[in-house]
Amino acid sequence: MAASRSSARRLDPARLLGIAFLAIVALVWSTPLAWMIVASFRPQSFGGLDMASLTPNFTPTLANWREALDSADFARLYLNTAIVCLGILGVQLVTITLAGWAFARLEFRGRTVLFYAFLLQLMLVPPILIVPNLVTITRLGLYDTLTAVMAPYFASAFGVFLMRQTFRTIPRDYEEAAVVEGAAWWQVVGRVLVPLARPGLVAFSIVSVVAHWNEFLWPLMVVSSTENQTLTIGLASFTQGAESASQWGVIAAGTFLVAAPLMTAFALFQRQFVNSFLFSGVK
Amino acid sequence: MTAIEATDAYTGPASRAAVIVRRHTGLALTLLAPSLVFLVLFTYWPIVQVALDAATLTTFGSKSVSYGFGNFARLFGDPAFAHAVSNNLIYAVGTVVPSIALALALALGLEEATGIATTIRTVVFFPVLIPLVAAAALFLFVFLPGIGLLDHHLAKLGAPRTNWLGDPDVALWSLIGLTVWKNAAYYMLFFLAGLQSIPADLYEASRIEGASAMQRFVRVTLPLLGPTFAFVVVIALVNVVTQVDHVVVLTKGGPSDSTNLVLYYIYQQAHENYDTGKAAAATVVSLTALAALSVLSLRTLERAVHYET
Repeated sequence: MAASRSSARRLDPARLLGIAFLAIVALVWSTPLAWMIVASFRPQSFGGLDMASLTPNFTPTLANWREALDSADFARLYLNTAIVCLGILGVQLVTITLAGWAFARLEFRGRTVLFYAFLLQLMLVPPILIVPNLVTITRLGLYDTLTAVMAPYFASAFGVFLMRQTFRTIPRDYEEAAVVEGAAWWQVVGRVLVPLARPGLVAFSIVSVVAHWNEFLWPLMVVSSTENQTLTIGLASFTQGAESASQWGVIAAGTFLVAAPLMTAFALFQRQFVNSFLFSGVK
Repeated sequence: MTAIEATDAYTGPASRAAVIVRRHTGLALTLLAPSLVFLVLFTYWPIVQVALDAATLTTFGSKSVSYGFGNFARLFGDPAFAHAVSNNLIYAVGTVVPSIALALALALGLEEATGIATTIRTVVFFPVLIPLVAAAALFLFVFLPGIGLLDHHLAKLGAPRTNWLGDPDVALWSLIGLTVWKNAAYYMLFFLAGLQSIPADLYEASRIEGASAMQRFVRVTLPLLGPTFAFVVVIALVNVVTQVDHVVVLTKGGPSDSTNLVLYYIYQQAHENYDTGKAAAATVVSLTALAALSVLSLRTLERAVHYET
């Protein structure tokens, strides 16, 4: 009985259809990225007629990579992007921990109103406010600085809610014990709660870094000089040049250089990434 | 000033509670201040500023300023804006519906964490992680007429060559395809989590009652995924309004405005035409749309925010 059931299940046409569907999606989804890797090692050929081929029927060359690395200052772009991501994250971790704890634990006047005021930023997100924010940045004298790229993200409603939830899952006993021992509030938060809230902080950090690593339109607005460009801006301008020269292999290599760090991190810490993204539903 | 007093406040005499609430207000404001400073600078003030800019009318070559709805009149009279709005609506339906259908199908197919399912999950998830700009750079070649990835491989199946980005009737759909490729697996995660939270005995019960697989899906799975659907739709719609990186890289809104989206239109007005009034008016329209969406989805958002409490 059991055997016939399992074999029936295997031959079930609906199930076969499902498997075919998954196979097609997996194929279509992976093709552009597979092409990126193959094309980045393919030698430039006349007319580029076989450029779209996914079979590595050639002697791999590093010429595209060399060309890509020569046409943009990647060291600078990586450094700027790292500064932007870590700078945003550093400030955010402070702002969201403090505000998250306040909303999780304290009773105070205007709490509901403030809560909704924070909630506003979940929907009226900074990308939509690029025009007025550019005015503010210019008035503050921050135009064309990395600080300008970071500033609109220093407060994060999403982070505050995430920390509020995280703090609420921690029993009050820990805080109470610390208070009995005479700790001040900043000691309670810093020494007791932050270590316990690590999962929430890690989840937030991953989402934040991924979001800002990938950010494009805002840096494009506030940065004008080459030395303040981030990876995405660098890639966009470099792509323009390579496109007009039909250097598809160079574009593939350049795109790989921009996308590789996060893809590698994901491959290594998959479970952590997935959990973080699930949290980020409230972005 | 501590958690202990906060607990006491509920049980203690009313006057004491009032004192404690007042004392906490000071501490709470201190804790919220760092966030509030940046929220005021980069969220609340910009909203005021953009409303003021939208209402401010300047005449070229004169310093006099008046206020009114002139910018909105110019905005609504601009065929390019009308085009951007209708494009954005097509783009919204065109990306949200297939992404979510695909996300749900993938989640159902990959629900069991077998080896191959985990591999496929990883493969389809990579596009979520790469920057939209990088995806666009890759799709420059995917969409290249004749020798590009799509045409090269479709030609083997006998399909005619298509000008994916150059044909005004096709270009927006090409961008929609790119967006679905990029985002579907992100939404899949939420459906996977949603499916896991459906109790197994519900399926067991309906199976005992003789429900077919299809009936179980329609009567158990879909209704219980309701909140997930609502939630994913909101995130997807926010993405529709806030992400135009691919427009910048691939089409710059063309050909003949066929891929212009509202945010890119705003960017053009501000950055290329230096028309602050029009850009501000268009931003106000976008903000209103997002605010309306927030009000409609407030219950969904609240549920998301409170789900662990």
